[in-house]
Amino acid sequence: MIKECLASNWASFSNRCVAVWRFYRDGFREMRLGKTLWAIILIKLFIMFFVLKLFFFPNFFKGKTTEEKEEYVGTELVNRAEQ
Amino acid sequence: MLASIDTSMIDWARAQFALTAMYHWLFVPLTLGLAVVMGTMETIYVISGNEFWKRTAKFWMKLFGINFAIGVATGIILEFQFGTNWSNYSWFVGDIFGAPLAIEGVLAFFMEATFIAVMFFGWGKVSKKAHLASTWLTGLGATISAWWILVANAWMQYPVGMEFNPDTMRNEMVDFFAVAFSPMAIVKFFHTVLSSWMLGATFVIGVSAWYLLKNREKEFALASIKVASCVGLFGAAVTFLTGDLSAYQVAKVQPMKLATFEGLQQGGNGVGLKIVEGVEIPKALSFMATRDIDGFVPGINDLMEGGYALPDGTTALSVDEKIQRGKIAITALGNYRKAKTEKNEEQAAIEMATLQENMPYFGYGYIKDKSTLVPNVSIMFWAFRIMVGLGSFLVLTYIVMLYRTWRKKHDNAPVWLNYLLLWSIPVAYITSQAGWIVAEVGRQPWTIQDLLPVNAAISKVSTGSVQTTFFIFLIMFGVLALAEVGIMINAVKKGPADVK
Repeated sequence: MIKECLASNWASFSNRCVAVWRFYRDGFREMRLGKTLWAIILIKLFIMFFVLKLFFFPNFFKGKTTEEKEEYVGTELVNRAEQ
Repeated sequence: MLASIDTSMIDWARAQFALTAMYHWLFVPLTLGLAVVMGTMETIYVISGNEFWKRTAKFWMKLFGINFAIGVATGIILEFQFGTNWSNYSWFVGDIFGAPLAIEGVLAFFMEATFIAVMFFGWGKVSKKAHLASTWLTGLGATISAWWILVANAWMQYPVGMEFNPDTMRNEMVDFFAVAFSPMAIVKFFHTVLSSWMLGATFVIGVSAWYLLKNREKEFALASIKVASCVGLFGAAVTFLTGDLSAYQVAKVQPMKLATFEGLQQGGNGVGLKIVEGVEIPKALSFMATRDIDGFVPGINDLMEGGYALPDGTTALSVDEKIQRGKIAITALGNYRKAKTEKNEEQAAIEMATLQENMPYFGYGYIKDKSTLVPNVSIMFWAFRIMVGLGSFLVLTYIVMLYRTWRKKHDNAPVWLNYLLLWSIPVAYITSQAGWIVAEVGRQPWTIQDLLPVNAAISKVSTGSVQTTFFIFLIMFGVLALAEVGIMINAVKKGPADVK
């Protein structure tokens, strides 16, 4: 009884997954202008995350522990008032 | 020996942030505005069953998709800049700024991303009502996204719901609801989002006017103008109402912003609202700022010199006094941290009390030149007038076009009128950008009002690196903007007939 119920639920779940997969697959296949737009999005994300972020926008606090960051900002904000 | 911060680097970092934010803001209002227009059209389709409205909604969805694709994720670059150029700021704001942005990223963006797929792929695959719900939920996702971004922005202009912890050097949230539902956040949200509806409406009217000029898609264009005029007019009503509320709030918490956009050098009672130099509405500024036609509105000089009575009965401090108290706060912060290191708890408690007493003026301790406390008056004065003046022009277009389409008087419209409507598209963008200039230039030099000026918020990075990334962005944004305009024009030229 429990086995049958589980099997039925599993079949229903997998059918839904297949339906969702087909929904997206068909949607992407039928795209026309969408393909160009996706290409623009992917190129843009590549430039942003693999070029700009890696080479031009390093995290200023990279490599510092939380305590080191606290100490750095604390010292900076006290000293900046004197500059 | 302390290495001083290069002021030109601050200006480059500010310019870079402004460039990115203004570029990002080209896409956001059109997304928010078009979402309402196409949602309304699809609702008419579902209610009436008329296929014409389905085709109409689908065409505007296509333009929505182009705008969304080019604009998506451009705002993330602002977060890169926080981490690199504005590291002191990023640390100092703590989780207050991070929490709304995280909620925005996780909840709103994923909601938007999920339903946009159903909206574009779901025609004929899900029920009409499920598709309609997806269309509205896509717009709602974008709107919720805007809510959290504006909560973060409003907090910078009116910091509430937090306490500064000198041990961690961060502001810690003590009242989530005070941050998420601060009066400034609520007004800013409605003002910004509803003004975006105006931009979306103007875009639809302008593109439709182009079809009329080309003598194409007449029924489609007239129907689109009618719907867009309704959306625009509703957006305008809320925008004007919240604009008034916003001015009232600004007068209370950012009086320098009000004084500069009014070009009010010397304040007084019963002050008039300047239309342009020499022409004013008597007593209107006093009413706008205090809800009393004879209320006192401080001018730039009053704010610098202090000495006038505040609404709570206390006397306003001069800038010199605020700077003095800011310096006391920063010295107490240094002494507190030193006492903590030396494990001198008694001294730490004394310094903590001094810090807390003077914390409202903390940021003034970094001010070297008092003139930097006054935002650029010319930019503010004209940006405000451009926003209000061109905004009023847009309202006029909605009223006229609603009347003309409702009474079927626009079927053979004069060419000049359709050209005017077409050219109202850039006018809407200028109006929208001018609004942000008033909001952001007007709060200079503060990254967080009264707590952290730009010269304390900036990282110690080289001017050259900021200049390099500024020009990289300029080129990248230029190419993307050209791509969008090109793809958009192409889609418009193909017209609704091309929509499957």
